Amino acid sequence: MTLLRLDGVSSFYGDFQALFGVSLEVEEGETLAIIGANGAGKSTLLGTIAGSVPVSSGSVVYAGQEVGRLRSHTRVELGISLVPEGRRIFPSLSVEENLLVGSYRKRPGAWTVRRVFELFPLLAPLARRAGAKLSGGEQQALAIGRALMANPRLLLLDEVSLGLAPVVVKQLYEAIPAIAGAGTTIVLVEQDIGQAIRAADRVYCLLEGRISLHGRSSELSREQITTAYFGV
Amino acid sequence: MTWVNAVVQGILLGGLYALFAAGLSLVFGVMRLVNLAHGDLSILAAFLVVAVVDAAGFSAWVGLVLIVPAMFAIGYLLQYTILNRTLESGELAPLLVTFGIAIILQNVLLEAFSADSRGLDAGSIETDSIRVTDQLAVGWFPLLTFVVSVLLLGGLQLLTSRTRVGRAMRATADDLRAAELMGIDHRRIYALAMGIALGTVALAGVFFGMRTTFFPSDGPVRLIFAFEAVIIGGLGSLWGTLVGGVVLGVAQTVGTQIAFSAGISPGWGGVLAGHLVFLAVLAMRPTGLFARTQTT
Repeated sequence: MTLLRLDGVSSFYGDFQALFGVSLEVEEGETLAIIGANGAGKSTLLGTIAGSVPVSSGSVVYAGQEVGRLRSHTRVELGISLVPEGRRIFPSLSVEENLLVGSYRKRPGAWTVRRVFELFPLLAPLARRAGAKLSGGEQQALAIGRALMANPRLLLLDEVSLGLAPVVVKQLYEAIPAIAGAGTTIVLVEQDIGQAIRAADRVYCLLEGRISLHGRSSELSREQITTAYFGV
Repeated sequence: MTWVNAVVQGILLGGLYALFAAGLSLVFGVMRLVNLAHGDLSILAAFLVVAVVDAAGFSAWVGLVLIVPAMFAIGYLLQYTILNRTLESGELAPLLVTFGIAIILQNVLLEAFSADSRGLDAGSIETDSIRVTDQLAVGWFPLLTFVVSVLLLGGLQLLTSRTRVGRAMRATADDLRAAELMGIDHRRIYALAMGIALGTVALAGVFFGMRTTFFPSDGPVRLIFAFEAVIIGGLGSLWGTLVGGVVLGVAQTVGTQIAFSAGISPGWGGVLAGHLVFLAVLAMRPTGLFARTQTT
């Protein structure tokens, strides 16, 4: 079943048009990766799904409902959670409080503070530490855990690997099958092509605000992806 | 002994100032809004109790119980319908709009209640006191004001640190956009914070009205004292606000005593001493005595 369908979505970043009629479909339960170079419009695309970026034309249909005009806090109630670029941890709140804020408008589901600590054991001893005093990797784990606390049906991950050491990125990506295994549909945005292809069932490639390639990650060749990624 | 008395009375007066300052501190902490109508809203609450007492013959205490929730509702609606919009249009808009509300309130109160002073009758508690020594007596009413102030600030502290809504307020203050991504509607959180602030300001205005007589034009001075208490205590710290109120109160009563001993007009001496202590704190510790975070 199709959980999310974008149809001809365009969006502006100030005066600059970032997306040009992007259409894509996400099946319930799959993990989808959106790859593309810096400035290709990946984060903007996630923003239009989460509601943090306005859609200027086209439609965003989630679970059979048009959500393109809804504000982001309403979309959280419907089951769309975004882990934003730069993690955006609440600096003055403790790790545990950050997680509890994540459950502010939670849907019914199994995620609890304890389960997040099981998924990311590195967070458990830091429960009382202020968000401002975490390392980048800890912040990213917390940002993912915080989004899970709302029990999302669709989890959007923006640039999980950005600015993190490869060993930390590997740890974070190891959590993704467990999240998907619980039935959550995942759309992740990555610059790191290798990481994205390993994690995802299907891949869309964005080039200058347009979809340049899509297919099952197991069936795409390296040449196809390179061409779609760089546009050469 | 007169000096000890001045300090004791100053501490208790500080309770009243902290009561005025609590809402100002909360609103600034949650949404970085400086509400210039804060003082006038407290006077509005006092006059609303006057109206209830005049119309229905209730005691001022019953009036207080009725007006606190009414001011909560006014605060919620004011924020939701008007002030939220101003916050989206830059830093100057909220200042101008709350300044405008202050002017409107002063004039509406003047029209409705005339320029005569009014007072609220709290009953025999107003004049009863506990005799500590022959020269030192503590009034029940100032003591009650102080206790209410401590309970209120403690309650606000618990609200912001331990409850779901309180966490949402702090999260919104930290990062508005990220809070929206957690499903928090910041417009409602702001409205709730303003509602709570005006509930506390109603408490402050009515206690002020029970302590002394008041005029429709009294708001701005209340605002200045509340500001001074917040700044002395340090932005973002509720207990700091209590300490700030106490420092200001003690400065004023001791200043009054100094002026009295020196044969100057005691009333002006007290107010002047309060302002001087405020300026001294601002010069030496601009972040206040208990600033939790460095404000930029």
